[in-house]
Amino acid sequence: MALTEENPGYKWVGTRPIRPDGLDKVTGKAQFGADLTLPGMLFGKVVRSPHAHARILSIDTSAAESMLGVKAVITGSDFPDLAANGAHASDIDVANNAIARDKVLYEGHVVAAVAATTRELAEAAAKAVEVSYEILPHVLTVDEAMADNAPLLHENMITKGVDPAPDQPSNVASRIVHERGDLEQGFGEADVVIEREFTTKPVHQGYIEPHAAVADANNDGRANIWCSSQGHFAMRAYTATVLGVSQGTLKVTAAEIGGGFGGKTVIYLEPLAVRLSQRSGRPVKLVMDRDEVFRATGPTSGTRIKVKMGISNGGELTAAEVWMAFEAGAYAGSPVGAAGMTVIAAYDIPHFLVEGYDVVCNKPRVAAYRAPGAPMAAFAVESVLDELARSIDMDPIEVRLANAAVEGTQASYGPKFPRIGFVETLEAIKEHPNYTAELGPNQGRGVAAGFWFNAGMNSSATVHVNENGTATVVTGSPDIGGSRQSMALMAAEELGIPYESIKPVVADTETVGFNDVTGGSRVTLATGAAVVDACRLVIEDLRARAAKTWDVEIDQVEWVDGQAQHVDGSQPPLSLNALAAKSGRTGGPISANASLNARGVGAGFSTQLCDVEVDPETGVTRVVRYLTAQDAGRAISPDYVEGQMQGGVVQGIGWGLNEEYIHDENGAMENPSFLDYRMPVASDLPMIECSIVEVPNPAHPYGVRGVGEVGIVPPMAALANAIKDATGVRLTDLPMTPIKVLEALNEQSD
Amino acid sequence: MARTHITTVINGDEVDFLTEDSTSLLNALRDEVGLTGAKEGCGTGDCGSCSILLDERVTCSCLVFAPEANGANILTVEGLTDAGELHPLQQCFLEGAALQCGICTPGFLIAAKALLDKNPDPTETEIRYALAGNLCRCTGYDKIVRAVQEAALQMREQ
Amino acid sequence: MLSSSPSAQVFAGATDVVPQIRGGRQAPEVLVDLKKIDQLVALTSDDKKWTVGAATPTVDLTENPGFSQEFPGISEAAGLIGSDQIQSRSSLGGNLCNGSPAADSVPAMMVNGTRALIAGPKGNRLVDVSEVVTGPGQTCLDSDEFIVEFEIDRAPSLTGDAYLRMIPRTEMDIAVVGAGARVTLGEDGTITAAALALGAVAPTVVRVTAAEEALIGTTADEDTLAVVAAAASEVCNPIDDKRGTIGYREQVAGVLAKRAVLIAMERAQQRNGNV
Repeated sequence: MALTEENPGYKWVGTRPIRPDGLDKVTGKAQFGADLTLPGMLFGKVVRSPHAHARILSIDTSAAESMLGVKAVITGSDFPDLAANGAHASDIDVANNAIARDKVLYEGHVVAAVAATTRELAEAAAKAVEVSYEILPHVLTVDEAMADNAPLLHENMITKGVDPAPDQPSNVASRIVHERGDLEQGFGEADVVIEREFTTKPVHQGYIEPHAAVADANNDGRANIWCSSQGHFAMRAYTATVLGVSQGTLKVTAAEIGGGFGGKTVIYLEPLAVRLSQRSGRPVKLVMDRDEVFRATGPTSGTRIKVKMGISNGGELTAAEVWMAFEAGAYAGSPVGAAGMTVIAAYDIPHFLVEGYDVVCNKPRVAAYRAPGAPMAAFAVESVLDELARSIDMDPIEVRLANAAVEGTQASYGPKFPRIGFVETLEAIKEHPNYTAELGPNQGRGVAAGFWFNAGMNSSATVHVNENGTATVVTGSPDIGGSRQSMALMAAEELGIPYESIKPVVADTETVGFNDVTGGSRVTLATGAAVVDACRLVIEDLRARAAKTWDVEIDQVEWVDGQAQHVDGSQPPLSLNALAAKSGRTGGPISANASLNARGVGAGFSTQLCDVEVDPETGVTRVVRYLTAQDAGRAISPDYVEGQMQGGVVQGIGWGLNEEYIHDENGAMENPSFLDYRMPVASDLPMIECSIVEVPNPAHPYGVRGVGEVGIVPPMAALANAIKDATGVRLTDLPMTPIKVLEALNEQSD
Repeated sequence: MARTHITTVINGDEVDFLTEDSTSLLNALRDEVGLTGAKEGCGTGDCGSCSILLDERVTCSCLVFAPEANGANILTVEGLTDAGELHPLQQCFLEGAALQCGICTPGFLIAAKALLDKNPDPTETEIRYALAGNLCRCTGYDKIVRAVQEAALQMREQ
Repeated sequence: MLSSSPSAQVFAGATDVVPQIRGGRQAPEVLVDLKKIDQLVALTSDDKKWTVGAATPTVDLTENPGFSQEFPGISEAAGLIGSDQIQSRSSLGGNLCNGSPAADSVPAMMVNGTRALIAGPKGNRLVDVSEVVTGPGQTCLDSDEFIVEFEIDRAPSLTGDAYLRMIPRTEMDIAVVGAGARVTLGEDGTITAAALALGAVAPTVVRVTAAEEALIGTTADEDTLAVVAAAASEVCNPIDDKRGTIGYREQVAGVLAKRAVLIAMERAQQRNGNV
């Protein structure tokens, strides 16, 4: 499905074979985090705060400890006080989020944990832990947290990024700014200026697998941890920090992971499971139930965003002013920084000011969610851009083409863009039959675009050639989207042997070199690059062995289609099988390692087209047609590139129409279940059509650009623009529920 | 508390196990019988990842008390393969890339089998409504629906 | 068995019971499985009435062509409870006795004059289904009573029923508003009998008697439907909660009432001599 650049005749890259881990997943054999059982294993249960903000006055574990079957009970006092040890502020936050010390900062905050011989006994013991609290006033939104005299979560929080620094603490952790040019001049040059304010609610990544960990501690201080995570090296590092031990004492094995989307790049249960295992002397399994996942794990931020943009009658954007406040939850660290970098990055705007605030509030600490920060920012800007286009009667694709960032554009966040494919995604939409498909009554069409920088970061890979000429490719990137297949495809392409001869493996922290988390759309790029480097080292080695066998110089040997060939054909070729079979005689086993910090990351762009039908009497919105065009650079695995595109779109649809955290006035979550936290179901959706655009990333051996994230950036604005087209009403508050749509329709007809 | 002895047929084999009365069938299958294919995604019947066939009907095993399984006939995802041969649904899910993380896949396979057993030629809409009780967060359902359509076609042709 | 413990209770599909036990809202010591009694899972008819066991899985109703043709409203309502997985287990008895104002099957059962046969140590009694639920989560049953079965009189010809609900998604949501309607037509095509019941807009399911009266003698024309809608909105006594606001429920109750009546009309017109 490539739209640009011919497929250069790859044999494996770009094909659609069956993924290597697929068989185990369709037969129920695959082991996810909660599927492991060890002999003597205990069940753990966490005790959590029912209050949004409170001081812990006392914890009485005596009743729990004396109950039948209870083998361990732990509280915050069982963990080192990192603040007292002079640790880094961010480490202190990780440790305090893992288990509360003197204060609880959100409903669901861990206060204690127990381990017992059965689930039922563990649940009973958890209920028997007596905690007394002094309830404190709380703040739930950026508005409440930023208000004068708002109760403070952290007494010492002085806003960073403000000069001069404030002399009073507040709930504002930091401020970011990007600016260029002269706003007054820019707005002066505009023929139309539109200003709007937007609000969004926290939404959860919604992975179907709740967090799970099994820990098995020895009494020499070492522990084995089995958990589903997006990065077992990161789990090892964070867990070691919280426990106050060296990383080398922990071995972490990545279970299969049932969805992450960023939410499993952080720890929750791991340090608790290890400590319970240490105290009880037995393995401990800790699994969250769905209620706990909602109440106590990071959703992404709720936000307030103000956007003011100006456009000339000819369609040129002249200026943009953006103000954003993002909820960080209980500890600093919302994705407002990334939001600030991405909000107008897709466009070439000469004058702008982007300002963002990271604000703490009494909710669970936010965790990354697929292109963190960018979707909310895009909802705002792409909605305003739609209105600007309408005001000058310009087609929504044309207005974006007129202002699109291209190669050489200086991005709003600093660097000059290398070759990018934004324009190509816009054209892919424009040329698609969906763009002109007929719309029925009460139907409307919306366009929106999105940008995500993608990441590089660190990866390691090892390639072993087995005695029979097959190869094992070992990496440390947990596979959340099908990356094992991509690794195998690239290795097959490099080595010139069949895809089925490659066995890709995700190894534990003791068996492979360091890998940063699976996130940031980086695995195909960075871990792929490491795999490619390792394969090329293997090929060097194979050429050397052939040269030795033929008694020639290595420059006489080429590697073609899985065989060593003499440049002038004077020797019969040596296949990988043959070289592997006699590797002992030519220097020993054949394998190579590669580790790198990936450079040459390619930015990702997505343009999407959404058709909706709105019932004018009930406000119910249905998506009737959806098309997404995304630049993948090179689609190593088209099946799974499409999968990432479609998955991102549907999460965005849920975010736009129905998903939200609802809290009561005490700061307790009212809808911590899939019944009332409404994610899209199969009957809510049409097929999601994909147009894979390939503008190869010149800096990657296969031209790869990350694809995992950018797909979630445009949908909310695409929906808002479609609803506007269908009904004439502009919604600026997410989610765009039937109640809000009907209210807006009622107002419109008044 | 004394545990109850349950005898049932699971995936064609007679199986017996002990359980507390209040334990869910899901937990009994996973913890006592060792069949971890069915997953707990929510525990309240809202996600379908624990779906099994209970006396030929697709059911959320998290909502069934384990003692209710006494004398019943149960099919889990582990029972879909027939002497090592994949069921057409399993094959079509693999070929159609209808799974990413795979946690919802066992539940979808069981629910899709229940649909096709009842309705061998479903429309796209019928498929989507029959699978509305199964949540997937990775795929957006597109490739799952296509895989079910393909499997239905293959099964009709057999 | 029910008398054996003060916290003993019956269950059929347990699709509400299990989440309530997990959520700590209930902690029965003894649970009695009604599905073990054949009469309670039966579905039969004679020339006077249909009899549905209180614990009969709703999938049995939706898959029964005879029942579904005669009472499409009840059948569709039953088919809207949860998912296919839920419908293998959910039952009319459970849906009713859980006492939720939003229960999907209740408006349709009500407009069809369904009766509930209640059994207990003191004997049996037959009540109209509208008398069973007395408030959210509350029924008229004593703690040692349970419903055995439901009776629905055979539908006369030129009668049609319907159930509609408003939910934000397409499935898997609790009704924000539910409307059950039934009309019977005379030979001249005008309405001779009408019933309209609304769910999720008051502490219990409510009949809209003003709308029913307005429909008699009409062909459900636009003006009459406007009266129906206004009466429906008027009878609402809803709450603001995480699923809907008072204003939204009142407005949409009117919309669904009209739409349900129109569908019931269409069905009544088609059921001319076909039983």
